[in-house]
Amino acid sequence: MKPSITAAVIASCLFIGLPTTTVADSEDVVVENAWARASIGVNRPGAAYMTIRNNGTDSATLVGLETPLSMMPDIHETKTDANGVSSMAPAGDIMIPPGESVSLEPGGLHAMLMRPQIKMVEGETFPLTLNFADGGTLTVDVPILGISARGPEG
Amino acid sequence: MRLSKLQKGLWGLAAIAIVGFALLQISIRGEQQTGDPAYRADFELTDHQGMVQTDEYFTGRWMLIFFGFANCPDVCPTTLAEIAAVMDALGSDATQVQPLFISIDPERDTQQALAEFIPYFDANIIGLTGTADQIERTSKTFRIYYEKIEEAASPDGYTMGHSSQLFLFDPQGGYAGAWTYGTPAEEIVSDLRVRM
Repeated sequence: MKPSITAAVIASCLFIGLPTTTVADSEDVVVENAWARASIGVNRPGAAYMTIRNNGTDSATLVGLETPLSMMPDIHETKTDANGVSSMAPAGDIMIPPGESVSLEPGGLHAMLMRPQIKMVEGETFPLTLNFADGGTLTVDVPILGISARGPEG
Repeated sequence: MRLSKLQKGLWGLAAIAIVGFALLQISIRGEQQTGDPAYRADFELTDHQGMVQTDEYFTGRWMLIFFGFANCPDVCPTTLAEIAAVMDALGSDATQVQPLFISIDPERDTQQALAEFIPYFDANIIGLTGTADQIERTSKTFRIYYEKIEEAASPDGYTMGHSSQLFLFDPQGGYAGAWTYGTPAEEIVSDLRVRM
């Protein structure tokens, strides 16, 4: 008796869970002003910044990143508390409501490029793929600016 | 509903414990933000070229001091880029200002690690590091906070949380103020010009 109840609960969770992951619509998502800073060697993690805009009528949820540049790219968030102490932590899934955008910028959300495989050289670009909850993907070329760049304009 | 003496006593102890804990947290995390001129720059550390540097060496110049670590991908390069922009905008007055980057990650930030990092910002920034004891002492005199945060994918499995203000010390080494992280270079330059 008990195992069948457990199975029924799991089955209903799966059934209820499925539609929520297919509602999101990533087809109308665009990336603007992507940029990254040049790195020194391949020992240190890098960061990339951009604005992700959802022009669609459904929300889109960013669930992961892929790039040949890094073995472990992930969205991280820097938070600074009232005492001026800054620290970073994984940001988890990023939900972008329809018609809105999310900014990845210094001191906030950023694409953290951990375990880098290739040196980030000023003047070059690298592909970064955004994975969405609906299975959609979006690949952008991120320009690598100088190490002392302050924004997408350099 | 009258409380017994014992109950009152216990509640009293609990209140004292809570207040005490709160005060301890405040003192640990370094309450100094701005406006307290009571402390002076005080350090003896090794720079990214291997030279021992003390605060006395910089007497006569304004010091812009930032604490960070070389493996920091976001806040530290961003602040160093702002400092580079400040130094650039100061033009000939830049000779009166010495930017210093003090590592709060002595384990990974050897002199060599800073030598491969700091000079790329091309702004006459001096990187300073030391032993774990030296860095701890320095953090106490500057009343700043830092901590290790486990993160499996980072080099050696950790990243750092740290005070991210940019501190200003006057040519006599006295504390002159601090800008919170994210203050644009333009604002820092106009503040500096008023003071200088």
